[in-house]
Amino acid sequence: MSTTELEQPIIASSRSISWKRRRIAMLQFVRTFATYRTGMFGVGILLFFIIVALAAPLIFPDYLLDPNANLSNDDMAPPSSEFYYWLGTDDLGRSVLAELAWGARPSLIIGILASLMAMFIGTLVGIASGHFRGLFGGAMERLTDWFLVLPFVPLVIVLQAVLGQTSLLITVVVLGVTSWPGTARLVRAQTLSVEGRPYIERAKVLGNSDWKQMTRHVLPNVTPLVIANTTLTVAIVILSMTVLGFLGLLDPNEISWGGMLDSADESGAALRGAWWFLFPPGLCVIAVVLAFTLIGRTLEVVLNPRLGSE
Amino acid sequence: MSAAAEESPSTGMVVEVDDLHITFSGREGGTAKAVDGVNLAIRKGEIIALVGESGCGKTTLARTILGLEIPASGEVRFHGEPLEYTGRALKRYRKHVQLVLQDPTGSLNPRHSVYEAVAEGPRTHGMDDEAGRVARALSMAGLRPPERFFLRYPHELSGGQRQRVVIAGALALDPDVIIADEPVSSLDASVRGEILALMLKLREELGLTLLVVTHDLGLAWNIADRIVVMYLGRVVEQGPTEEVLRDPQHPYTRALLSVVPEMHGVEQIVLSGETPDPTNIPSGCRFHPRCQEVRDGVAESAGVLAACSTISPVILPPSIPIGVDATDLSHEAACHLVVPPPST
Amino acid sequence: MAALEMRDVSLTYHPAEGPVPAVRGVDLVVEPGEVVGVAGESGCGKSTLISTVLRLYPKSATVEGEVLVDGENVFEMKWNRMRAVRWGEAAVVFQGALHSLNPIQRIGKQLAEPILIHEKGATEASAAKKVRELLEQVGLPARHANAYPHQLSGGQKQRIMIALALTCDPKVLLCDEPTTALDVMVQAQILDLLKAIARDRSMGMLIISHDLSVLASNCDRIAIMYAGRVVEQGIASELFAHPAHPYTRALMGAFPTIGDTESRYAPSGLAGDPPFPGDLPSGCSFHPRCPIATDECSDADVVLKSVGPSRKVACIHVDQGAVV
Repeated sequence: MSTTELEQPIIASSRSISWKRRRIAMLQFVRTFATYRTGMFGVGILLFFIIVALAAPLIFPDYLLDPNANLSNDDMAPPSSEFYYWLGTDDLGRSVLAELAWGARPSLIIGILASLMAMFIGTLVGIASGHFRGLFGGAMERLTDWFLVLPFVPLVIVLQAVLGQTSLLITVVVLGVTSWPGTARLVRAQTLSVEGRPYIERAKVLGNSDWKQMTRHVLPNVTPLVIANTTLTVAIVILSMTVLGFLGLLDPNEISWGGMLDSADESGAALRGAWWFLFPPGLCVIAVVLAFTLIGRTLEVVLNPRLGSE
Repeated sequence: MSAAAEESPSTGMVVEVDDLHITFSGREGGTAKAVDGVNLAIRKGEIIALVGESGCGKTTLARTILGLEIPASGEVRFHGEPLEYTGRALKRYRKHVQLVLQDPTGSLNPRHSVYEAVAEGPRTHGMDDEAGRVARALSMAGLRPPERFFLRYPHELSGGQRQRVVIAGALALDPDVIIADEPVSSLDASVRGEILALMLKLREELGLTLLVVTHDLGLAWNIADRIVVMYLGRVVEQGPTEEVLRDPQHPYTRALLSVVPEMHGVEQIVLSGETPDPTNIPSGCRFHPRCQEVRDGVAESAGVLAACSTISPVILPPSIPIGVDATDLSHEAACHLVVPPPST
Repeated sequence: MAALEMRDVSLTYHPAEGPVPAVRGVDLVVEPGEVVGVAGESGCGKSTLISTVLRLYPKSATVEGEVLVDGENVFEMKWNRMRAVRWGEAAVVFQGALHSLNPIQRIGKQLAEPILIHEKGATEASAAKKVRELLEQVGLPARHANAYPHQLSGGQKQRIMIALALTCDPKVLLCDEPTTALDVMVQAQILDLLKAIARDRSMGMLIISHDLSVLASNCDRIAIMYAGRVVEQGIASELFAHPAHPYTRALMGAFPTIGDTESRYAPSGLAGDPPFPGDLPSGCSFHPRCPIATDECSDADVVLKSVGPSRKVACIHVDQGAVV
């Protein structure tokens, strides 16, 4: 920082300068992140899938996914040189390539929405159970434990039975509600360590309320951890969602990679040697999960040292 | 309470601690008596050193005066009014009584700039002229020109500068009392003197009252008007610094003083064992199992040996001014050798 | 032969921001049975100095000079020789080592382990016997061999750490802030113990501390470090009675003599902060904070020179014969 900047008449600009510093820190972060090849590889994969998901309706028109519109096609026709059928057809004669592109959409949307939900609940419960000792903190901890052991597949089955249907929203809620306890545990541990530092005591003595202490002092110190952890949660949520799809517990009208795996399995694609129907959805799941994992791990490495040193 | 409020100007005390007991439940079911009957009165503009080994209850006592611990019995009074433990009352109280901790690095949020760290207090209390307050507090704490420090982050400062920021954070609230817990023990030796000089200056220029919690008798000699020596939850000796350090009465104070490395020519009294356990306080005088006078037979020849292990010495009253000159304070020690037990 | 001898030792770290010379040409000798103290503030290079003895510094750091442990240069040792030296010739008691005891192993077992590994022909029984002797030497009853670390107090744990360092009968014991985490009373006990051990075993001992007062009554000789260099060294009692370097004088003034009227209400210290080793002032590194600095000080090359029979000082304002 140059001295001229420091000696400028003050405070009105204090906030703007602290924003400037924050922006510099952000740039620094991006630059550091860019030096990690694995992380950038993850970002590359993720960008590819995001573009595919966004562009799917433009590249692959609806009718490619309509079983009734593709009656003339062979079932499980092998890949051909025609672009739409580079990966052949599925058991209903639809383009596998088009299904893959469209299937990226629910994976990313549900994965990200459910993870955000988990992040929100997990951070809230984690900080609260770490900050408040006594009855309330203990109750929060028990709640975390209870959700930690709650199995999500039976929960989906029960919810579907109760609601008589399934939808994107239900999937998001179920996955979100079952994915937060890990985050909460992590945030609680970090909160306890932050609370042990003298500046929390200082904040208390300066007259800050519990809410202020949690938001101004604890939250910024757990945020890097939460961000890294959420990225990893996305990977897990997408895997869980694929499991649900494979078990036929997702909306059958919505194309998804899990659902494709389910159809491939039920129609005996493996026995018929239709690898183009069986492998690509699996590989897509692996690629997206890998992308989030690589990004998450890199974020952990890049953000964590700052907890101590900044 | 109104009666007490009327009384306060006559006593002239800023903070009073009356028969304070603080207990913690230990892990194995026992009860630790961290502070076990302490009286203390702090006058305006005074610098008091609260001295003792770790575990003697001095930090707990300081935290209780700040309202961070709730006493099991007894009370803390501020300008004659008993402390109330509601959120609002405590917040109001803390505008007047502030804290400076040992570790300046840990006391500052690494993500907050110096300006934010110092402005936190005034902002919390909705005080006006925030920027002016921050600038004045920083420059009072010796960080000049203050604007140069506004946007620095703690990791860009030296240890001494960080401690000055912490002090400025307290000063920004215009407090009456600052409680400093080992304010220089984590600083480099050459920086230490400057911070202590700052504390003297703050007393002189702002009329601040300081309670310094420390294990360091040299620090007390450097800045304190009065010393209060604690052992295992009780005050064992108190009085003006010169008197206590030049002519210590209690065997424990003598032992503490003898291990100060600068005390050449004084024979070291190395006490056996470590600070005993506050969950298991010895009967009689709580110091008797480690007391060199008991060990060397002095207590026996004085005829108080039986009392040492059975009769608890009197709990010292708050040290009070003698005569008209308010600087004259009584020098007392809770020891049977000094004040013979009633039975003899 | 000296137990430990350092000849013109320098160590430079190489972080991305540029070289950081942490130790710059230090000479130091520790004779058998002698306790030598090195005092200095954080960042003065005292811990780095200890790390050179056992080559505990990071691989990227560059070293110069010679460190002789019992006459053998550690910088030229092969790694397997180095490993043997680390237990057998020179051992370290680290600062905050209280947490380095394994919490789920009995003390006796942890003490016996290095004996069984490093001593030829050691048996369980002979190791157990030696553990009892070691515990006795550090002033703990032999029954503590059956204790777990959490059952011991801080002072007792520090005694265990010292016993652990003594397991393979080293020629030199290096103590890095051995009493910093301990209470005043316990500090005095531990320092007494260290002094006695050095005498009884005629072992060389190097104690480093930020606290000059800790070293004062417990060392035979003392070296004061500032910004990677020794700025004054001499016999402890003489150095304390007549400090010559302005920095030493300031350090001594920081801890007042209780009862001395001059220091009452007059804490003394130095303005400013110790310099960052990567960005040292020109000339004498101390000159920006020095109360007697002159213009010369900012460009003179200030080296350690003899100013009395047993005193060396690095200051151009302290003359030959200043200390007698």
